[in-house]
Amino acid sequence: MAGTGGRTIAALADDHERRTLERTWRPPPGLIGWLSTAHHQSIGKRFIVTAFGFFLLGGILALLMRLQLAQPESQFLGPDLYNQIFTVHGTTMMFLFAVPMMEGLGVYFVPLMVGTRNIAFPRLNAFSYFVYLFGGVMLYVAFLLNVGPDAGWFSYVPLAGPEYSPGKRVDFWAQMITFTELSALAVAVELIVTVLQLRAPGMALHRIPLFVWAMLVTSLMIVFAMPAVMLSSTMLIMDRLVGTHFFNPVEGGDPLLWQHLFWFFGHPEVYIIFIPALGIISCVVATFCRRRIFGYTAMILSLAATGFIGFGLWVHHMFTTDVPLLGQSFFTAASMMIAIPSGVQIFCWIATLWSGRPRLHPPLLFVLGFFFVFVLGGLSGVMLASVPFDLQVHDTFFVVGHFHYVLIGGAVFPLFGGLYYWFPKLTGRMLHERAGAWNFWLLFVGFNLTFFPMHQLGLEGMPRRIYTYLPEMGWGDLNLLASLGSGLIALSVLVFLGNVLSSRRHGRLASDNPWQAGTLEWATSSPPPTYTFLHIPTVSSREPLWEQSADQPVVTGLHRDIREVLVTSLLDAEPVHRIRMPDDSIWPFLTALATAGLFVGSVFTPWAVPIGAIPVGIGLLGWLWPRQKDYDEQVTLEGKR
Amino acid sequence: MNTRPALDVSQLPAYVFGPRGLMWWGTMGIVAIEGTMFVILMTAYFYVRLYVPEWPPNLPPPDLFYGTVNTLVLLMSAVPNQWVKRAATRQDLHAVRLGLLTCLAFAAAFLVLRAYELTALNCSWDTNTYGSAVWMLLGFHTFHLVTDALDTVALTALMFTRRIEGQRFVDVSENADYWYFVVGVWMPVYGVIYLAPRLL
Repeated sequence: MAGTGGRTIAALADDHERRTLERTWRPPPGLIGWLSTAHHQSIGKRFIVTAFGFFLLGGILALLMRLQLAQPESQFLGPDLYNQIFTVHGTTMMFLFAVPMMEGLGVYFVPLMVGTRNIAFPRLNAFSYFVYLFGGVMLYVAFLLNVGPDAGWFSYVPLAGPEYSPGKRVDFWAQMITFTELSALAVAVELIVTVLQLRAPGMALHRIPLFVWAMLVTSLMIVFAMPAVMLSSTMLIMDRLVGTHFFNPVEGGDPLLWQHLFWFFGHPEVYIIFIPALGIISCVVATFCRRRIFGYTAMILSLAATGFIGFGLWVHHMFTTDVPLLGQSFFTAASMMIAIPSGVQIFCWIATLWSGRPRLHPPLLFVLGFFFVFVLGGLSGVMLASVPFDLQVHDTFFVVGHFHYVLIGGAVFPLFGGLYYWFPKLTGRMLHERAGAWNFWLLFVGFNLTFFPMHQLGLEGMPRRIYTYLPEMGWGDLNLLASLGSGLIALSVLVFLGNVLSSRRHGRLASDNPWQAGTLEWATSSPPPTYTFLHIPTVSSREPLWEQSADQPVVTGLHRDIREVLVTSLLDAEPVHRIRMPDDSIWPFLTALATAGLFVGSVFTPWAVPIGAIPVGIGLLGWLWPRQKDYDEQVTLEGKR
Repeated sequence: MNTRPALDVSQLPAYVFGPRGLMWWGTMGIVAIEGTMFVILMTAYFYVRLYVPEWPPNLPPPDLFYGTVNTLVLLMSAVPNQWVKRAATRQDLHAVRLGLLTCLAFAAAFLVLRAYELTALNCSWDTNTYGSAVWMLLGFHTFHLVTDALDTVALTALMFTRRIEGQRFVDVSENADYWYFVVGVWMPVYGVIYLAPRLL
């Protein structure tokens, strides 16, 4: 066969293959189809867009607070509304924005980066999204009806208990936790199994992209951290609803039990938000320096070490309680120790930047901003790890300044970088670069103007969570400065929003690999087809697109007319077997709806649990019961042996 | 037709048992999450113990009889469970059906006994914090018994339809693994609920 002729026939065959795969993997049409799809790209995008929507809502609440605090004795918001606003702001940013956003990126990109066609347990993935969405909507409906939670994002008892918070406000908070943590736990299991089982042949542990490693560590942390908050919020709602006494000291309960359980979740939560960002940074730094990341193994060990040490810090949130001295020393040491793995990673990135040829596009700009902001936040963190200092500034604006440096610096800056980096893959178009630079500088300047003065305000004694202050305190000027800064942040987010909306339609078309990156998500078109890759790739290097030759083998022998994917071994990613991925189905949506009914109902009566369990059970049965088509396809698969 | 070198996977099996399969890992994910929850609940039990002078506070401990009998029933259910798991691995449909039905008989027995257990705790969830901790722990385990039983009912029904392929046997095997978790986690929970009030 002549060379050209052979290639033409091959191209025709590829074309045929592409059409068959497209037919097999595309989501069903219409509204029902939209609600039924179980594809990681659709669900991942929904997570990202929804989480960004909540980010905007939480941001609006923050602006309202800054308006209120801009001058002393302001009458703009009353104390009751202010309490609801800071509670809903914190709750939104932690539970409805940060975690789902990072998980959404994982849901979209992990399957692409490991080279498979869908996430493990795709229907569970669809279910997780709807449960999360319903939980968020419930919180905001309650807030708009003036039953928004008002006891802080961590709902300390006894303030949040039945005696001091009558009414339903805290109950909505507690059930919002159940919604979001159920969703997060399910996604965590999906991601863990995807990473451990669905990697492309050859992607042994030492070839897994760092973002995927980061999502694996994050997901493992979720599995062990989030049960604590689900249980404690359940205990709280039971104390409030059916008269249990977990946190009631009169009957032998202990309010500190709440703090232990909450922070056993709450501190790892910070790393659950931060570690995916570390993964984003590693991707961006490697790509824009066009070299392998310096110290890959050290990076992975640091991620894992952060994951472990992150569980040994929670008591540093409780230094003002009667923790024994030995406990204080232990948790101080652990809190300082966690700076070590973070430091190792920062030095690795600096080494990569140093020895590479950095190209200053928006993604890298945001990463550089991260270095500055996060290192400052880390330093004030080391200060707070010291007990005497912590006692001095506990519950002051110093702490507010610190954790915004860590969370916005550690997660939001890299996140924006990641969105600029991956937008072309998500949409097929590039974001505008100059607008990106404006976006960055407005955020950088606005952020520091807003949050740096808070450290000083805290040292001057301004407490957190107060709705106003007297002019004689002398806090007016710095508060005004902070409020002006928050205006710049808002402007920056508007620039981003405008950039996204206009680039989505009119942006420059993106090639498959516009940044010349090295990882697999760039090996397919932008945006990727529903079947992700025409041929499942094999991998023989850490940056396959940079280092692999053109005749690296591809996987063949998977059915094209059945949603079939390859399962590989845990360590070396040797092919082990093939499995059929479930089809799209409306049942996960219906089950999520029934679950929402149960959770919302349980705010009002415990009977909602046994009664609500019936529709949930029906939903699960409809979800899991195999159809004739499932059976036929499975038999085809098995018959091929 | 394709000129690129290829890695042909068409001869690989379409299902495997145990830790090389997706279902096993999914089950282990649930076990890790719920195991963590049990550990946290037991920790909370001992935490609230620290703050009262006597335990249980002004109450008799739970009666041993039903809880102990039920523990034996749960332990014995491991026998048909293991039998089902082996039958599933050799894909013996007849034995799987028989074994699942036997497991369901055990499920009925331990659910009835559990109902009696709940009447013999000598405390209510709203008596004091001790009562709340006991009821939460036992309630959480009962929730697992109920869901595992319903899950097994559905699976048994499925095994009596004609839609049986190899993957279905993997599901049976994973159901058996989860059953082991529900039985296994009961042992420390039994110790906490029934023995700790007598020993502490």
